[in-house]
Amino acid sequence: MPEESNGILKEVTETEYKYGFYTDIEMDTAPKGLDENTIRFISAKKGEPEWMLEFRLKAFQKWLTMELPDWAHLNIPPINYQDIIYYAAPKAKKQLNNLDEVDPELLDTFNKLGISLDEQKVLSGVAVDAVIDSVSVKTTFQDSLSKHGIIFCSMSDAIKEHPELVKKYIGSVIPIGDNFFAALNSAVFTDGSFCYIPKGVRCPLELSTYFRINAANTGQFERTLLIADEGSYVSYMEGCTAPQRDENQLHAAIVELIAMKDAQIKYSTVQNWYPGNKEGLGGIYNFVTKRGICKGDRSKISWTQVETGSAITWKYPSCILLGDYSVGEFYSVAVTNNHQQADTGSKMIHLGKNSSSTIISKGISAGKSQNSYRGLVRIGKKAINSRNFSQCDSLLMGDKCGAHTWPYIRSENKSSVVEHEATTSKISDDQLFYCNQRGIDTEQAIGLIVNGYAKEVLNKLPMEFAVEAQKLLAISLEGSVG
Amino acid sequence: MLLEIKNLHASINGKEILKGLDLKINRGEVHAIMGPNGTGKSTLAAVIAGKDIYNVTKGEIIYKEKNLMDLSIEDRAREGIFIGFQYPVEIPGVSITNFMRTAVNEIRQYRNLEALSAAEFLAMMEEKKKLLELHSKLTNRSVNEGFSGGEKKRNEIFQMAMLEPELAILDETDSGLDIDALRVVAAGVNKLRRSDNATVVITHYQRLLDYIVPDFVHILYEGKIVKTGNKDLAIELEEKGYDWIKNELLLKK
Repeated sequence: MPEESNGILKEVTETEYKYGFYTDIEMDTAPKGLDENTIRFISAKKGEPEWMLEFRLKAFQKWLTMELPDWAHLNIPPINYQDIIYYAAPKAKKQLNNLDEVDPELLDTFNKLGISLDEQKVLSGVAVDAVIDSVSVKTTFQDSLSKHGIIFCSMSDAIKEHPELVKKYIGSVIPIGDNFFAALNSAVFTDGSFCYIPKGVRCPLELSTYFRINAANTGQFERTLLIADEGSYVSYMEGCTAPQRDENQLHAAIVELIAMKDAQIKYSTVQNWYPGNKEGLGGIYNFVTKRGICKGDRSKISWTQVETGSAITWKYPSCILLGDYSVGEFYSVAVTNNHQQADTGSKMIHLGKNSSSTIISKGISAGKSQNSYRGLVRIGKKAINSRNFSQCDSLLMGDKCGAHTWPYIRSENKSSVVEHEATTSKISDDQLFYCNQRGIDTEQAIGLIVNGYAKEVLNKLPMEFAVEAQKLLAISLEGSVG
Repeated sequence: MLLEIKNLHASINGKEILKGLDLKINRGEVHAIMGPNGTGKSTLAAVIAGKDIYNVTKGEIIYKEKNLMDLSIEDRAREGIFIGFQYPVEIPGVSITNFMRTAVNEIRQYRNLEALSAAEFLAMMEEKKKLLELHSKLTNRSVNEGFSGGEKKRNEIFQMAMLEPELAILDETDSGLDIDALRVVAAGVNKLRRSDNATVVITHYQRLLDYIVPDFVHILYEGKIVKTGNKDLAIELEEKGYDWIKNELLLKK
């Protein structure tokens, strides 16, 4: 490609993905490649106890015996796992005690992303854990949360300060050998967020983790563990962005949620990793395992996700409904444009009596993208009187994209009810004309129509996120018609 | 002059629908365009709006001294052209409030006016609802989704009130309305009538003209305006039927 058009291309993609910048920070990195030494290096860097290292090494041995899953409707180019840096951290000058000691470059990065780490300036009442590349750089509002007995910190700190909790629950929902990427993450995860809400506490703040990939050639492998003890409530949000690069970067995360008796967890994600350019060059490979267990009776886990980024998304936030009368929910909007591929959905595993689940999935495909919903609803023998309602809608823009729905349903008892509805629609020329005639240009009209289509899901997001998500949907589809 | 159409020819899929149409409209006037089905009434509205499935092969449309053909659909709207549609389309999940706020602010931006704040916008909406005596919660509902025929037309008139067009073209707004709905719609149009705007009412039947009194009545037949008169022409047409026009034209030939 001639240099000039390359420049134009860059300009075009840059205006569309506004988080594509890179921050030049002094980094502490591991050498490229993956073997036991890499894992020992990571564990030592983080000053981990022996049991954690053992957990990692066991996972690594398991991973070596596993193969990349090929059942998804995705075209995954070969990934060279020896060509990835597994640990990259902004070089810390010393132990951080307050914000003044955070690298100003880093603060600037988060300010650019619209995330304030300065507690004095935060008005919206959101506690943030900021993770850049492999480490957590700052967690806000820890003090005020700890007054309620809430633990909200980086995974690294949790391993050191709350080993009994971490040891008990890590890998309890997603075992190390669960799948290829879960095993990889279990071996090499570098940081992430940890959260524990004690019995009967309603978390007074929205908790949030902001993930940022910054360094080149690195993979991001974070791990989140969230435990809501009996009768507690927490709303948790995560957001993610990355610089735009021509090469692909791997992101393989794990999120484990545990809800005890009468506890409720609301987990919201706005996933905006760099999606690659219009030609399909670059972008994040996003292979994520998210699963929650409704352990106690009447517990509830609700996943809400807005997926607009990544070159490839492979992600199925799921609920194991173990408790009687437990509730699982999955609300998803997945947008794919240009050459993006997404295979996403949910699993609802009903084990408890009278458990119920809802799946609302809204796929939006544009450009030459492929967008699949894949879901499993399984109702066990003992899960009598359980219910599921699934609704999978697809919206197509243009005639070069694909939308696919793969719902699997397995019910092992006769008293349960499973309902599934699916629709496919297009943005009609008449709708666009109608909007145009009211003075609304086509780009804006698409934004309106798409947001209308996704409203059921967007309404489930916390306020702080909903506005951002709406804008994101419109931006992601810019240039997709015409 | 607000709008001048000269010798307009327009076709769809190679079939000519408008065959040399002339029309002049000044501010402050109300025009009615009548004619049998399939003579090009709705085509005329769509061509003025800029719908691209129609191909203008000859003639010109001058609007506020501008060549209308040079403007995009949305810029025509921002320049003050409003079409009240015969079959308004549904936009699921988009509330009328949100839809109108976007439209109003887009138009304001085009005119270098500041966007209305949420409070200002809501106040404007309440004022217009009052003017049109709309008491329903219509504005909280998704645009036209699940609306009855009457609700759709009322929604069109409400949008017209909100956007304050200079030239409003109401395409068969009376079709499918019962007499009560017709009265509400007509009352709305009359209230929005001003000395600096113009309204074109496209209709098949004379009955709407009992409520909206036009300054001019045009009869559109086979892609041309074949007869122009005052409101009496509509009454005459109602009595004699469209065959009268047909025969008169045959006689001329």
